[in-house]
Amino acid sequence: MIWAIALALGIVIAAGTYLALSRDLLRCLIGLVLLGNGINLLLFTSGRLSSSLPPVIGADEMVLGVAANPLPQALVLTAIVISFALLCFSLVLALRIIQLAGSDDLTRLRAAEPTSQDAVKPALEEES
Amino acid sequence: MILTLLPLLVPLATALLCALARSMPRLQRGISAGGALVLLLCALALLHQVLTHGTMTLIAGNWPLPFGIVFAADLFGAALVLLAALMLCVALLWQASDADAAPASPGLYPLMHGLVAGSAAAFLTADLFNLYIWFEVTLICALGLLVQGGALRQLDAALKYFVLNLFGTLLLLAAVALLHGATGQLNFTALGEAAARLDPAVRLLLFGLLLLALLIKSAAFPLFAWLPASYHTLPAPVLALFSALLTKIGICVLLRSFTGLFAPTPVLLLTLLGWIALFSMLTGVLGAAYHWDLRRILAFHTISQIGYILLAIALASPAGNAAAIFFALHHSVVKAGLFLVAGLICRQAGHYDLRRIGGLYAARPGLAVLFLLLALALVGIPPFTGFWGKYLIVRESFVQGEYLWGATALTVGFLTLYSMAKIWLQAFWKPHPDKNWQPSVVPRTTPAYVGLGLLVLVTLWAGLLPERLLLFVTSAAAALPGGGP
Amino acid sequence: MRSDALLAQVFMRSLYPLLLLASLWILLRGHNAPGGGFIAGLLAVAASAAYALVFDVASSRRRLPLAPVSLAASGVLLALLSGLPALLGGLPFLTHLWGTLTFGPVELPVSTGMLFDLGVYLCVWGVFGGYCLALLRSIEEIP
Repeated sequence: MIWAIALALGIVIAAGTYLALSRDLLRCLIGLVLLGNGINLLLFTSGRLSSSLPPVIGADEMVLGVAANPLPQALVLTAIVISFALLCFSLVLALRIIQLAGSDDLTRLRAAEPTSQDAVKPALEEES
Repeated sequence: MILTLLPLLVPLATALLCALARSMPRLQRGISAGGALVLLLCALALLHQVLTHGTMTLIAGNWPLPFGIVFAADLFGAALVLLAALMLCVALLWQASDADAAPASPGLYPLMHGLVAGSAAAFLTADLFNLYIWFEVTLICALGLLVQGGALRQLDAALKYFVLNLFGTLLLLAAVALLHGATGQLNFTALGEAAARLDPAVRLLLFGLLLLALLIKSAAFPLFAWLPASYHTLPAPVLALFSALLTKIGICVLLRSFTGLFAPTPVLLLTLLGWIALFSMLTGVLGAAYHWDLRRILAFHTISQIGYILLAIALASPAGNAAAIFFALHHSVVKAGLFLVAGLICRQAGHYDLRRIGGLYAARPGLAVLFLLLALALVGIPPFTGFWGKYLIVRESFVQGEYLWGATALTVGFLTLYSMAKIWLQAFWKPHPDKNWQPSVVPRTTPAYVGLGLLVLVTLWAGLLPERLLLFVTSAAAALPGGGP
Repeated sequence: MRSDALLAQVFMRSLYPLLLLASLWILLRGHNAPGGGFIAGLLAVAASAAYALVFDVASSRRRLPLAPVSLAASGVLLALLSGLPALLGGLPFLTHLWGTLTFGPVELPVSTGMLFDLGVYLCVWGVFGGYCLALLRSIEEIP
């Protein structure tokens, strides 16, 4: 089982990195999301895959029997919520950038770093 | 003691109340000012408590230790929290003046307080996963502040900041996951003890991953691209807050990792950090020399100053750690002050680009004096704080026989002087390119000058009477985990 | 984008309160059974989003208890406040306390943890509800 998870992790992280390096804005964001999910899976696996029983102590029991490790579950839940919030933010940001710039090509997006005409000096920006 | 958590709870509650009061600007400003003052008092009380009673710890929620999240305020953390509170007060004072041309948006105050809450919590937490959470909180607040204006160049800067920083936090999360998988711990102390028993090759890989994530966060060579890509689109008070807090989180955790978590630190990591520091110092100062926009010059100088702090950490001795703490505190105050001066220059002369402004020495001599004091402090001319910081670092590297590192630190000091002289000559000394130029009359600048004056006074006090501060940083370095006998 | 599907509108009018009731039920059964503030909050977001799809964004926003940002901020504030009672007993911040309120024959178990979960519920509803409504409105504005 752990080998299947490791293989899945490798594939997801490789795909995420590949997409994140894309010059297409939306692909880049999807790549980051994949990367985040891959690392969430890594975090989940860090508690070992021992059992799939929920770590809940029954009403008439006093100790927890064989059950899944609850700590990584709590950690990964937090990480998922955070990456979900960041995904929401980044999608709106991308939407707005595409609307304003009229293009989703990241290599042409140079609003904050205008290219200079001068050989030795940086570009003069109009707005301050 | 709840006092350990107050520097995080007070700005968080202030941020939430400010968000609730966002349709009532006067009430919002009042809440924000009150919250900042309470935070300043709490930070002072915390520092006093830590000075008298030593490191204070608190386990949130009263859980037993492998599950509970520990907050620990040591001297370094308490000092950084006080610094954050001071910076917030200065930035809010600035916001109370008309020195900022942009209209204040209702989201500004909640996000500023949220940023301070996130960084104060990151300075105080002693739990690796909790640290990741606070990194994300500061990331979200910083992104909110970056997109405030809504112009394309700001969104562009925010996107670059977002993508590169998210990569850093994801690497941090991967390091947390792997360290947790290898040791079953998350608390810094327990994690360090458990990691010491791991196979040396595994340790090196895990620590290397964590180091990489933290270097992205502290904007070190060659991972600093997010900093000069985004800083120059921010308004001056927010920029001052960013430069005082954001990179310091990475530095603070790096210092704690190198003294505690990584101990005994693999020599390879120390050597690597030393060379990274060297190239950070050089690339930062050379990047600054190329630029003509005030904010870009200062942003690149941040990278070179981060290089100094990393060099001090790489020396890995009590004296080196003390120098790192001294330099981190010095840099936060001085660089924030310079960004505020740049904001005032832009407001009075109309532009951030040095090629479009000039003649400010004749028009605004007071501003010129304030700039000169801060610039000399940054360069490291005695008797200002920069001199003591660089002296401590260079002396320690010569004592350890690292002559190349020490000599580079000295050379970079001269190159810093070049940039500061450039600003002085272009903005203050040379006549304005437009013959008919008159400095714009800004109605209310007194609060901005008061805030700026506060920072200059702190620098002067620490530079002229350095004994207290030197004693403080020595005891702060000794209070770090594994810091001293 | 007001849809004219009469059947959907009639259906939605009764479904919306049912969805909110279900989300409250999931909120309250949390801690001892699957559920809790986050999942319940997402269900409430689904209710708001569905209402906005069938009617329009403005009327869905009117049906929220507060403006989205205020809803989220008050939720987090409530979660922070739920950590304070522990201080009265000299316990660390966020130590949760459990107790039972008795109203004659009815015994109602209460805890500060429930307040915290309620805070999470409001925060999720505010943040993601506001987010969904903002996105839907940007679609509505396209002619």
